[in-house]
Amino acid sequence: MEFPKELKYSEDHEWIRVDEGSIAYVGITDFAQGELGELVYVEVETVGEELDAGEVFGTIEAVKTTSDLLMPVAGKILEFNPELDESENDNPTAINEAPYTDGWIVKIEMTNPAQLDDLMDAEAYKEKVS
Amino acid sequence: MKHTPLTSIHIELGAKMADFAGYYMPISYAGINEEHKNVREKVGVFDVSHMGEFIIKGKEALALIQKVTTNDASKLGIGDVQYSCLPNGKGGIVDDLLVYRLPEDKCAEGERAYMLVVNASNIGKDWDWISKHNNFEASMSNISEGTGILAVQGPLAVKALQSLTDIDMEGMKYYTFKKGKFAGFDNIMVSATGYTGSGGFEIYADNEKMMDIWHAIFKAGRDFDIMPAGLGARDTLRLEMGYCLYGNDIDDTTSPIEAGLGWITKTKKGDFVDRDLYIKQRKEGVKRKLVAFQLEGARRVPRHDYVILDEKSAEIGRVTSGTMSPSLGMPIGMGYVDRSHAQVGNEIFISFGKKQLSAQIVKLPFYKNR
Repeated sequence: MEFPKELKYSEDHEWIRVDEGSIAYVGITDFAQGELGELVYVEVETVGEELDAGEVFGTIEAVKTTSDLLMPVAGKILEFNPELDESENDNPTAINEAPYTDGWIVKIEMTNPAQLDDLMDAEAYKEKVS
Repeated sequence: MKHTPLTSIHIELGAKMADFAGYYMPISYAGINEEHKNVREKVGVFDVSHMGEFIIKGKEALALIQKVTTNDASKLGIGDVQYSCLPNGKGGIVDDLLVYRLPEDKCAEGERAYMLVVNASNIGKDWDWISKHNNFEASMSNISEGTGILAVQGPLAVKALQSLTDIDMEGMKYYTFKKGKFAGFDNIMVSATGYTGSGGFEIYADNEKMMDIWHAIFKAGRDFDIMPAGLGARDTLRLEMGYCLYGNDIDDTTSPIEAGLGWITKTKKGDFVDRDLYIKQRKEGVKRKLVAFQLEGARRVPRHDYVILDEKSAEIGRVTSGTMSPSLGMPIGMGYVDRSHAQVGNEIFISFGKKQLSAQIVKLPFYKNR
């Protein structure tokens, strides 16, 4: 299982990667995709919305289970990954195959980047799930 | 957590494992969709050794079984199998089960022997319930701990297994069993039953033989692309057929008449637990019925306990099982709805929190390509 060092991790198994300034990418961790199994659908209908940390920004469907996607920090949803989007590439298993790269879920603009300090680093997250 | 005789193999194969009914069981190996497809098109092997088995033997073994089950076990000849359920005295279901009428080679004159195969999660409850009703000349033994089962399921199951046995696999009728030589062992029970809708067999054997049987099956099935399959695929396969899962679709609060199990509720066979209640339900009708539905064009998956609504957003029932059907490529499910909404063709709505999606009530099975 991978735990890239440059990412921050939430208790709810989302990762966040700061791109530039307050812009960041959010996805679910390798551990989370493994637990969920094969993903069949990712739904994000919050593009353009401003959400708090912990708020639901989407839903992910696996064969066996449904899981809400929660904001690791507060922010505005800028973009839903077209690789996953039903109306574009519609390829949810990109998350299973590459959870930290091709399988990113949303691009956000963080409201308060200081909230990143509340999240776990790779070491702490690895500890949590092992 | 308990292990089956094959747990170490599942771990070795890298299966995703989880607790199921107190057993450490494989959920999936290669992936649910792939395992599902392999069972539908070729052949897959499930370790279902967690299931429970009771032997009922004696001059009044049949009388006891007739008393506690809904189906008519008097119809069973030696070598026949029957699907049935145990009513709980309040119209609900203690468990659903298979009833096997066994050969009588170990029976004294006038005795009969049966095997009941029950859900792992209910072994203790079933045992207590049947024991409580055993005012008959019938002995009971619980062989669950020492007995394993492999379900070899799929259209190529006959071909994959035939080289291992002197039993004519092709000639076996659905819901019958035979005992014979299998994988070098004598007197192995091979049952033409399953929970997938794709045909195949269930092999019953003592724990200590299970490992050898597993390896023999995979060796013999190699040319037929045989593959291990886990409880995940078992669930998607059974749901595509509309087979009830105890704890989801049926439980202590649901009647077999509501659950569409009227066909195993033989009220004319004579007295049994809850018979009068079921006669009444049949005559007067039940308030709710288990229906099957699909969400054509949708991608969200209905799950256990999601609310079912009518066109005015009034609650009319709850989802009991749901999945993304690997064969149909659309979300499917079952659930109880008020009788007035239960007709095939009716539109109902599934509540997904903020949004509601239209679903169509359909006839079972969902998967028909047999």
